[in-house]
Amino acid sequence: MSEAPQLPRAARAFVSFVALLRANGFAIAPEQTTAFLEAIALLGPRGPEDIRQAGQATLAPPPERRAAYDLLFRIHFLGGEEIAGDDDEDDEVVRLQEEGRGDEVPPLADEINESGEMAVRAEALAERRFGPGGPSDALHRLAREAPGHLPRRRGHRRMPARRGPWADLRRILRESVRNDGEVMRLGRLKRRTRTRKMLLLIDVSGSMKARSEDNLRLAHTLLQATPNVEVFTFGTRLTRVTPALRLKRREQALAAAAHLVSDWDGGTRIGDALQAFLAVPRFGGYARGAAVVILSDGLERGDLSALCDAVAKLSRRAWRLSWLTPLATSSSFVPQTEALIAVRRFVDDMADGGSSAAVVAHVLSLRQRRAA
Amino acid sequence: MAVRGTIGGIDSPEALEKALRGAYYLADEGIATAAYLALALGKPLLLEGAPGVGKTEAAKAIAAVLGRRLIRLQCYEGIDASAALYEWNYPRQMLAIRQAGDETIDIYGETFLIERPMLAALRAPDSTVLLIDEIDRSDQEFEAFLLEFLSDFQISIPERGTVRAAERPVVVLTSNRTRDLHEALRRRCVYHWIDYPTAEREARIIMMRASSVAETTARAVVAAIGKLRREPLSKAPGVAEAVDWAEAATLLNKGGARWPDAFKRSIGVALKDEEDLAFISGRLDALIAEAAA
Repeated sequence: MSEAPQLPRAARAFVSFVALLRANGFAIAPEQTTAFLEAIALLGPRGPEDIRQAGQATLAPPPERRAAYDLLFRIHFLGGEEIAGDDDEDDEVVRLQEEGRGDEVPPLADEINESGEMAVRAEALAERRFGPGGPSDALHRLAREAPGHLPRRRGHRRMPARRGPWADLRRILRESVRNDGEVMRLGRLKRRTRTRKMLLLIDVSGSMKARSEDNLRLAHTLLQATPNVEVFTFGTRLTRVTPALRLKRREQALAAAAHLVSDWDGGTRIGDALQAFLAVPRFGGYARGAAVVILSDGLERGDLSALCDAVAKLSRRAWRLSWLTPLATSSSFVPQTEALIAVRRFVDDMADGGSSAAVVAHVLSLRQRRAA
Repeated sequence: MAVRGTIGGIDSPEALEKALRGAYYLADEGIATAAYLALALGKPLLLEGAPGVGKTEAAKAIAAVLGRRLIRLQCYEGIDASAALYEWNYPRQMLAIRQAGDETIDIYGETFLIERPMLAALRAPDSTVLLIDEIDRSDQEFEAFLLEFLSDFQISIPERGTVRAAERPVVVLTSNRTRDLHEALRRRCVYHWIDYPTAEREARIIMMRASSVAETTARAVVAAIGKLRREPLSKAPGVAEAVDWAEAATLLNKGGARWPDAFKRSIGVALKDEEDLAFISGRLDALIAEAAA
C-alpha cells in the first residue's frame, strides 16, 4: 500500500463504498478494504464488473445478502437511475436497513425461508416491540445452571484420564525421558464430553401470543449461557433468529429478533414450517443429534399429514424431541387438539410450557434423560 | 502483504479460466476471478456452496494448472494439531532411548517427526497446493487454530522452533455451510460462493466430464435436475450427481433400455435419499418426459 497520508483521489470511491456497506450492516475489516483495493488494481479494472467481483471476493458478503450487496454496488457506482426499474424486493431489504439501526445489528430479512416472495408489507404481517421485562427468577436459574446442566455427549477429542481406552503416548514419553527411558506409569486418554446441540423452535402465532415474548427471552438467556444453540421462530413462516439473539444485551437482541420475525400473532402452519426447516440442508443439520424443543400449543391450521410427516422426520434426526405446550399444566395431561394427538407418538416428552419456570425446569432436566 | 500479480504464468482471471478448462474444469467468471485474486494476493481461497457443486474439484484443477502436488486435509469433528500439523513417532523415540544406552541422542530429530498435511505444505510452499476440505465439519477449536496458521503461515514446534513458509503457500478451503464459519476466518480469505451452474454451463460440464454422453442426453438430464432442485428435497442433486446420472442413463441405453426408462431406472444415482425418492416417485414419469421434450 502507498505510504502517503492521503488516499489517492481515484481510490476514495472504493473506500466510501466500504463505508456504505458497513452502514448497511455488512461487517468488513480494514484488512479486507486493503485487499479490495489491491484486487481492483490487479484486475485493471477494466469495468464496473471487475470492481463488483473484486468486492465480492475480498469483502465476502454472505451468500444470502448478495442481492443487497449488488444493489448497493449499483447505487454507489452506477448512479441512481437504474434503481427505479429495479424489483422491489431488494429495495425493501435495503430500505429496512437504512431505518437507522446500528452497525452491530445482524443482517435483516436474509434468513427468512418461505416458498413465496420476501416480506411484503401488504400481507398481514406484524412487527412487535418488547417492553423492558425484568429478569425473572426462572431466567436467572437458567443462566446459572445451563452451562453445567445441559445434555452432554461424547466428543471426538481426547483428554488425559486415569482410565481410558487409549495410551497417552505423548505423556508417557515425556515422563520416561525424565526417568532415563523407564516407563513408571501408563497415562491414559479418554473421550472428552461436550455439550449437545440444542434446537429451539418457538411458535409465535396468535394463539401463543401470551408466551412467545417470554419464550424468546428464554432463548436469549440460553444462547448466552451456552453457544451450541439454534433458535427458529415459526407461525406462517420460518425465521432463524440465532444471529439476532447472539447480541449480548437482552433488549437489543430482542429488538433485533423482533425485527427479523414478520409473522407475529398470525396463523399457525406448523407442518409447513417444519417441512421448510427440514428442506434446507443447512437448517436440517442443526437437528441432527440435537436436543430439540418445540414450544407450541399445536393449534394447527394447515395439513395434519404434513405435520405428522415433519415431526416424524424431526424425531428421527433428533437425540430427543420435546414438545412443550401451555395446555399441559398437569402431569396427567392428555392432548386434546387434533395435531397434538397426531404427533404424540413421535414426541419423546410432552410437558408443560405454560410458564418460563416450567420450560426452564424441563430444559435443565433433559440431561437426566436418555436418547430416544 | 506480498502481491504477486502473476503466478505460474497466469496474469488475469481470463488466463486462469482458460487454464482451468485445460484441466477439465469449467469455471464461471466469478470463481475464476476469486481464484486469480487469491493466487495473486497470496491469500487463502474459501469456497462455499451446496454439496456437489465442485468445490473440491476446483482445488484439484487449480493444483493441476499450477503443476503442483495437491495435499488434502479432510476435516472431521475432533481433528487436532497431531492430525493436521505434525506428530512425534513416540514408539520410535522410545526405542531409540532404550537403544542409546549411555550415549546421548536427540529424540526430537527429523527422523522422529511425522509430517502431517499442513506442515508438508509449509515446507514446500512452491510445489504444493493445500486443500483443507469441509472445514465446517471440524469443531470451533480447530477453526481457531487454523486462524493462526492462515494469517502467519508459520507453525511453532516447541521442541524444534518455528517453521515458517519461504513464500505464501496456495491454500484452498471448502465448506458445505452446515454451520456458520467464524467471521475472522472469512475475513482472512478470498471468498467465493459457488452456485449451481446455469443450464447451459451444466450441460457443457456433463459433456466434458463424461465424454460418452450425447448432447441431447446431457440437456435432458440438466432440465430434469433443474426441476428436482426446485423440489423441497432433503438432499438436492449436485453437479456430480448430474454427471453420474447422464453417464448411468447412457450406459443403460447402450445396454438396450429405452430412453425415458433408462433415466427412470438410474434415478438412484441422482437422488440418494429414500424419502426423497418416495416423495418424487409419483411425478417422476411426467418430470422426465417434460425434461426430455
